[in-house]
Amino acid sequence: MRWFNTENHWGAISITIHWLSALIMIWQFGLGLWMVELSYYDAWYHKAPDLHKSIGLLFLVLTLIRLVWRRNNRIPKALISHTPREQKIATTIHYLLYMFLFTVMFSGYLISTADGRAVAIFNWVQVPATLYGVDKQEDIAGVAHLWLAVCLIILAVLHVLAAIKHHFFNQDRTLKRMLGL
Amino acid sequence: MKNYFTIATLLIMFIFAVPLHAAEYDIDTAGAHAAVQFKIKHLGYSWLTGRFNKFDGHFSYDEKKPDASKIEVNIDTASIDSNHAERDKHLRSKDFLDVSKFPAAKFVSTSFKEKGKNKALLKGKLTLHGVTKNIVIELEHVGHGPDPWGGYRRGFAGSTLLTLKDFDITTDLGPASRQVEMFLAIEGIRRK
Repeated sequence: MRWFNTENHWGAISITIHWLSALIMIWQFGLGLWMVELSYYDAWYHKAPDLHKSIGLLFLVLTLIRLVWRRNNRIPKALISHTPREQKIATTIHYLLYMFLFTVMFSGYLISTADGRAVAIFNWVQVPATLYGVDKQEDIAGVAHLWLAVCLIILAVLHVLAAIKHHFFNQDRTLKRMLGL
Repeated sequence: MKNYFTIATLLIMFIFAVPLHAAEYDIDTAGAHAAVQFKIKHLGYSWLTGRFNKFDGHFSYDEKKPDASKIEVNIDTASIDSNHAERDKHLRSKDFLDVSKFPAAKFVSTSFKEKGKNKALLKGKLTLHGVTKNIVIELEHVGHGPDPWGGYRRGFAGSTLLTLKDFDITTDLGPASRQVEMFLAIEGIRRK
């Protein structure tokens, strides 16, 4: 397998980032829902949110790298079996996925930095606050973070359903191609 | 001439009589010479302090009949501020104050008794988190008098201990953190 994408194949880097992003997204969604229910005396009460924030910020870095990589690589051509309508829907969903990924990450950052405090990546890098001090910022950003994440998951489910449809019903190479097969 | 004298006397009497009547005071929240603060033990090892930034209220106080004093204070529960946005978000949530459902807390006095040495006992009904309970606030009558800008001010400070469970706030913060101490410092400006 090549590192770069080709006219008909996804390269190793694109494939790795794609599946890694999928795993991180599901992990973050689960961790996020779980951590807010922890009791005060739970050993994970502080560890879980710290982990969620650290991974979230690294995920942002990964997604930025992904966009740079995408811009500097050719996008494999759509399969012949994909109808123009399917292509259009797929592209729209892809753009929405990116959009929601960024808004979810940004709203999360706005919760943690609402009072001007920095947010840490594993006690390693302190990411400073930029937009803070807006009245009830942490509450507004909190509601946005949850519901944008729910929308992101719904979009991802549609994306998965489409892949399943192509694999089992159309029996084309859409999913195989993203697996590097 | 006699009439003018009478009118002047009445006017002077009226002017001097005003301070002797039961006076209404508005709590000086605009100038922030008032505070609603709280402190609660953290794990039993230290104090966590915070305050409510938005509230208003008024009281009446008559030096001749101090026991007829009345006070009412309204607090915007969403204005809770513990100097940590993430904690404030949690305190506003369903786990604690549930401010979207209970946006206001209210204290209305039912009795006021002076005990000498500028001390007083204030009883009243506190509505918090949708629950109304009788509470007792130990007050200090801090002082009163004219201010340098033509007004007249009177101030009190008091504290009371609230048990969170009494107000249906059941999130467990540990055995040392079941009660919260409220501290109130109010300065009223007499209505003109």
